[in-house]
Amino acid sequence: MSEIVGRIHSIQTLGTVDGPGVRFVVFMQGCLLRCPYCHNPDTWSLTEGTETTTDELFNKIKRYKPYFGKIGGVTISGGEPLLQAEFVLELISQCKKNNIHTAIDTSGTIYNSLIIKIIELVDLVLLDVKMNSNELYQKYIGVCLDNVLKFLYELEIKETNTWIRQVIVPNINDTKESVESLCSIVSNYKCVEKIELLPFRKLCLEKYKNLGIEFPFDIYPQANDENMKILNSYICNFDNKK
Amino acid sequence: MSITNLENKDFIEGTWETEINVANFIKKNYMAFYGDETFLRLPTQRTAKLLKVLEELQEKEKERGGVLDVDTSTVSSLTNYQPGYIDKENEIIVGLQTDGPLKRGVNPFGGIKMVRTACSAYEYTISDKIEQEFQYRTTHNDGVFRVYTDEMKKARRSGIITGLPDSYGRGRIIGDYRRVALYGVDILICDKESDKKKLGQKLMDVENIRLSEELYQQISFLNKLKEMAEMYGCDISKPAKNAVEAVQWLYFAYLAAIKEQNGAAMSLGRVSTFLDIYIERDMKKGLLTEEGAQELIDQLVIKLRCARHLRTPEYNELFGGDPMWITESIGGMCEDGITLVTKSSYRFLQTLYNLGTSPEPNLTILWSERLPQSFKKYCAKVSIETNSIQYENDDLMRPTYGDDYGIACCVSAMKIGKQMQFFGARCNLPKLLLMAINGGRDEKTGGIIGNEMDVYQGDVLNYGEVMERFNKYSKWLCSLYVNTMNVIHYMHDKYAYEKVQMALHDTEVQRFMAFGVAGLSVIVDSLSAIKYAKVQIIRDENGLIVDFAIEGSFPKFGNDDDKVDEIAVSLLKNFNEELHKTPAYRNSEHTLSVLTITSNVVYGKKTGCTPDGRKKGEPFAPGANPMHNREVNGALASANSVAKLPYECCRDGISNTFSIIPEALGKKSSEQVDNLVNILEGYFTQKAHHMNVNVIDRKMLLEAFNDPSVYPNLTIRVSGYAVNFHKLSKEQQQEVINRTFHEVM
Repeated sequence: MSEIVGRIHSIQTLGTVDGPGVRFVVFMQGCLLRCPYCHNPDTWSLTEGTETTTDELFNKIKRYKPYFGKIGGVTISGGEPLLQAEFVLELISQCKKNNIHTAIDTSGTIYNSLIIKIIELVDLVLLDVKMNSNELYQKYIGVCLDNVLKFLYELEIKETNTWIRQVIVPNINDTKESVESLCSIVSNYKCVEKIELLPFRKLCLEKYKNLGIEFPFDIYPQANDENMKILNSYICNFDNKK
Repeated sequence: MSITNLENKDFIEGTWETEINVANFIKKNYMAFYGDETFLRLPTQRTAKLLKVLEELQEKEKERGGVLDVDTSTVSSLTNYQPGYIDKENEIIVGLQTDGPLKRGVNPFGGIKMVRTACSAYEYTISDKIEQEFQYRTTHNDGVFRVYTDEMKKARRSGIITGLPDSYGRGRIIGDYRRVALYGVDILICDKESDKKKLGQKLMDVENIRLSEELYQQISFLNKLKEMAEMYGCDISKPAKNAVEAVQWLYFAYLAAIKEQNGAAMSLGRVSTFLDIYIERDMKKGLLTEEGAQELIDQLVIKLRCARHLRTPEYNELFGGDPMWITESIGGMCEDGITLVTKSSYRFLQTLYNLGTSPEPNLTILWSERLPQSFKKYCAKVSIETNSIQYENDDLMRPTYGDDYGIACCVSAMKIGKQMQFFGARCNLPKLLLMAINGGRDEKTGGIIGNEMDVYQGDVLNYGEVMERFNKYSKWLCSLYVNTMNVIHYMHDKYAYEKVQMALHDTEVQRFMAFGVAGLSVIVDSLSAIKYAKVQIIRDENGLIVDFAIEGSFPKFGNDDDKVDEIAVSLLKNFNEELHKTPAYRNSEHTLSVLTITSNVVYGKKTGCTPDGRKKGEPFAPGANPMHNREVNGALASANSVAKLPYECCRDGISNTFSIIPEALGKKSSEQVDNLVNILEGYFTQKAHHMNVNVIDRKMLLEAFNDPSVYPNLTIRVSGYAVNFHKLSKEQQQEVINRTFHEVM
């Protein structure tokens, strides 16, 4: 047992959209990126949130084991969970020891020896590939696609199951070409099990208002269900290849 | 006693042949089903035509303000109306409560005033003849008020205890309607006559004299039951010979019960697996196809959807949506470890597709970890698509009630034909707390309700002192509550005894007295605020405590936090113990429920500001639900808090309503089904008792609220039953909308 302290933003005991099955989702506090469509700007600050130990958090998680069934488990999201790698590693270890399926939801933009240990141990990585070129990445996110691909390459080497996720924003990446380009970028990685396209939503507008900051992508419309269906049909081909 | 007849000699023999024992018959003869729903069939033409007629009538009923017609000159009973039909040539199962569909009868045995008010609310007047007849008759209500003490009346008027069945039928009794199909009425009469004879050998004390008179009444009404069926051209003196007769005989028995009694909850019991035996036998003989089998169940359900009672507007405030609680318990496990799920369990659920979603009958799944996986999935699918079913934990109830129990009303378990209960509504716990700190005064009027002492002194509420007062007042109230119930049920037995329903019970029946609490999460959060934060007192000009100011934060029920959840647990334990100290009428066993139906709105209205920050008049959360929007860790944390409430001291049930938007249950519909199965599994393995499932958008409710024509048949689950959203009052609708809907972050 150890008492590593981490900063968490909140927990959601019933998560069903971040990984397989019923999931306990931990939202870690703190992120260095400022993605213009970010849904959780309240998780950016590195100093806010609640301090908690891995033991405390794990004791909560244990209470939800009856709901996980065969495929559910814990997803560590954020914020960027890998900013608190030591905490995340310890939490994942505890879960694994208790036969609880684990997933992390990350931007794949940071990388160190602790993180390697995490990706060796974790059952599933939900990796955000936010844009499909270095230019777009630079323009909107401020980092390079190559960084993320380097991370994906590590996942490939460690044979870590990976789901690629991309937020679809109308007028930016909501075309057939864009989705096909995403598929081709990741298609050579055997570790990729699935690609998920997430519709851009503006439900977070209220959060931005409360924080007194501007929501950069307020100018774009929300992704519509019809188009999402069509775009999803393009990744079906990808799934079939598997 | 020999009860086999030639037609039924192909059933497997058992003790059911020498004694009245339906459970034994089922176990010997049923066929468990492990497959999926693909065998199910759509409604037949006949059913479709019949349904169309009914839907038109329901439309008219709605246009007329909720009541289609009232027969004001006939007192409702078994043989008082001419036979009625919906559409005779398309009806396979016959029998209506009055001589026309949806036409309501009047039932003044509970209380004539109630009938007068109900009639006048819909611009009817009871006939002079009935008025005159009841001038010379004591009703249940007359009897109760002859005995009620001033204190009982005050407690009732203030709303500390509310919803008491003192002016209408108490309900919550399930006749074993299957007995009529299996044995025919003659054998049942014969059995009761023999019991009466045996009783005559014993000492004629008060108990035995009463029971002997009751047996006389039971026998007389079994004869009327036969007569009633004869009016429809059926001889039910002998056992049913085939599936059609089995359904018809059983329905006649239920029909007789709702003609005789207007109880708040008139549940059906557990009939699907019983009927399945007859259906399977006929199918094997080539007498019935799957279409035919579904038609039988569809048509039975159509009849159940026609059941109506005439109620007053005040009654509707407590029990919104014109409910009957025709609860049918489906599934569960046999004690030998084999599931009781049959094809007819599926057929009953299929009626929600064949006939459209509907609150009635109140389909209740008895959930066990060991139910067939395909059945679990089908239930979850039906839940997601219809919002019309509820779940109760068979693994939790079976050890106490065996494997042939049913649910009365929402969450009250009882062995069918062997146990019954005296329904006792509920007491308002937050109001009791306010009364305790105000020294026996009503916080809204300042009037003394009972047990007067000084108003709480000082500026800040101290947990120890508040608890000391609260315990004192609990003691006072529990004793008053039991005594009030004793009066009510003595008088109900005396003046409005359930003759048909009790004829379909064993003569030696075990009785429960079912008490209830409302506003659990409000009082628990209030006590938590007093314990963990600083609660300052605000008084009115007379020194009465009318409001509070809270400084600091405190743990709230619904977040899986033991610090506050334990307050709830110990509160229920203490309350239950306190109730047990006053003996209950007819040696009945005290039980307790955490359930509100829709009365959480009325209870809230009658209660001042509470120390948890809830403002005067605001609704409570329903049943055992955490207060709206105080759950911050998501749906399962909320479920875990409720799962901690101990069933062993809340044996009359713990109701939890779970509302979630479809997207929060998963992306694809197959994932939603799997996830819902896992949620139910996780909840019930923690010994939780009940869960209502609503998978619905708040947006949809808002649209329905603003424009009733958009979703005319919108069914949702509230407390322990389903209801058509539009049959709720606007206030009740608003409260449902305000409840926590678990969303995606």
